[in-house]
Amino acid sequence: MATDTLTPSVDESPAGQVLRATRPDQRHRRGVARWFVLAAAGLFALLMLAPFVIMLLNAFKSPAEYSQDGPLSWPTHLYLDGVVAFWERVDFPQKLLNSIWISTAVAIGGTLLSLLNAYAIGVGRVKGRLWIIMLFLLANMLPQEALVYPLFTMAQQVGLSNSQWSVIIIFTVIQSAFGTYLLSSVLGTFPPALLEAAALDGASRWQILWKIVFPVVRPTLSVLMIFFFIWTWNEFFIPLVMLTTNDTQTIPIALASLQGDRMMDATTTNAGALVSLVPAVIFFLIFQRTLTRGVTAGAVK
Amino acid sequence: MSTVQTPTPPVERALPARSRRSRPRWVAYLPYLIPGALAFTVVILIPFGMNVYYSLFKWKGGLAPMKFVGLENYAALMGDEQFWTSFRNSIAMILAMVVVPTLIGLVLAAVLFDYLGRRFGGGVAAFLRATYYLPQILPVAVAGVLWNWILNSQTGALNVVLRSIGIDDPPNWLGSTSSALPTVMAVLVWVQIGYPVVIFMSALQRVDPELYEAAELDGAGWWRRFGAITMPQIRPETFVVVLTCTVAALKVFGPIYVLTRGGPESSTLVPSYYSYLNFFDKSKVGYGAAVATVLTLVIVVVALVILTLQARAERREEGGR
Repeated sequence: MATDTLTPSVDESPAGQVLRATRPDQRHRRGVARWFVLAAAGLFALLMLAPFVIMLLNAFKSPAEYSQDGPLSWPTHLYLDGVVAFWERVDFPQKLLNSIWISTAVAIGGTLLSLLNAYAIGVGRVKGRLWIIMLFLLANMLPQEALVYPLFTMAQQVGLSNSQWSVIIIFTVIQSAFGTYLLSSVLGTFPPALLEAAALDGASRWQILWKIVFPVVRPTLSVLMIFFFIWTWNEFFIPLVMLTTNDTQTIPIALASLQGDRMMDATTTNAGALVSLVPAVIFFLIFQRTLTRGVTAGAVK
Repeated sequence: MSTVQTPTPPVERALPARSRRSRPRWVAYLPYLIPGALAFTVVILIPFGMNVYYSLFKWKGGLAPMKFVGLENYAALMGDEQFWTSFRNSIAMILAMVVVPTLIGLVLAAVLFDYLGRRFGGGVAAFLRATYYLPQILPVAVAGVLWNWILNSQTGALNVVLRSIGIDDPPNWLGSTSSALPTVMAVLVWVQIGYPVVIFMSALQRVDPELYEAAELDGAGWWRRFGAITMPQIRPETFVVVLTCTVAALKVFGPIYVLTRGGPESSTLVPSYYSYLNFFDKSKVGYGAAVATVLTLVIVVVALVILTLQARAERREEGGR
């Protein structure tokens, strides 16, 4: 890291320390060192962005221009054939719909299942709840390889081979393992007074869940839904195994299965990567605030 | 993760209307667990049990006959060079997905939050954080395809640039046994780095700024404050990051699949990909199931070790107070 040479060092002279101690506020706005630190952090950001920049530069070049001018040149004219070739080759709208359908179904189903589980564990305080949560946590750690072959054969037996429903069911459960764990600890701190008041008014448990609990935890639920959506959208292994034909596949699988294909020259690869990551970036921009809050919530819970 | 606040309050609250019944109150909530329990059994418990069961057989999969061999598959694993290579590479994955990102992430988060944030305003810090986090939101397969092209020995952007500046024989990054693993590791660091930065920055927000001011008045420099205040204060989050990333590193599959498929010559083989290979490529289902079972065991043991260390660290901290 470049920063360690540039940040104010530990061993400063006593005189300097006295000066700093007396005028801390001014000191923060002074000095050249901070510009070096900023430059180093900015350079690191550039390094992180470099692959995206290279991709943007080359997604709109013709193969001839790429081999002539190289990857770092500015495209001389907008060449859309790479994007079009990828779009048509993988039937992108279909893959997009597949991804949206699977991720949305899992986001809704997984959140619902988490809420039901967490209601029994957090509010109902069923016996053995600690063990149940442990079990869910353990399930969250399992490598999918330890489940995939049996799931694959089971799906075949019930007529769900190559069906998006198999992927939806599997991820609804896997995601809800995490959701139950998170929501249970949230609902464990649910204000008892609210529940008692509702119970005295004669509300049933089902009514309490939807009329009292649900509105209060809705922000947490929406964060969970976004998480589930993105995680499912990015999933690779189980969709790769379960979705065996072109028409059922999701975007990441479609892109990866084109690798090594003859038509995937440099520009088409870039166009494909660009088109494939646009939905993720759009989604991220829309939900950035909720997400940052959600990451935080996930960290402390 | 084990900062779990278990949903057990110290004081049992009593609902007067219900406590008179003979049946405990919680029984009435059991129906809410039924869908979850059913789904969990069908999708996790039974398949996991079946996987362990498969691992005791020699089986080509599908309708082929299953031949019971007991623990033979596991015995074969012990002498399987590729199996050991895959777990050795897991250590490299932990280095690339846990150790390096956590260390760099700690410094980056502290620099963004406590240094740049205070000198240039929160907007600058938030913007830099967003750029570091960007690789995390991509489908890992998309990131892998992009890097696979950048690192391609013939047509890839990196080598084209290297050749144009006069390096005639640039390395075949992903294609040679000596450079493939370090290259994959570098890509994984790039993918992973944003996660600790975001978590640690949010953790720093709950550190009392007075601590820093007091230390500053005492004349502690930036690195002193980093070591004496920042690191101990955000230890819970550090454990969360280490635990989740270690589990992810042991499970890693997607990046390997799109970057190298475990090659060349198994130099980037990891356990998850090795079991996939046995399942669907070599048709050695029993053997693949054994690999997956061992991997599960390793993950659980490693997770338990980390959780124990965390519990011990927390206890020591409480004892010190």
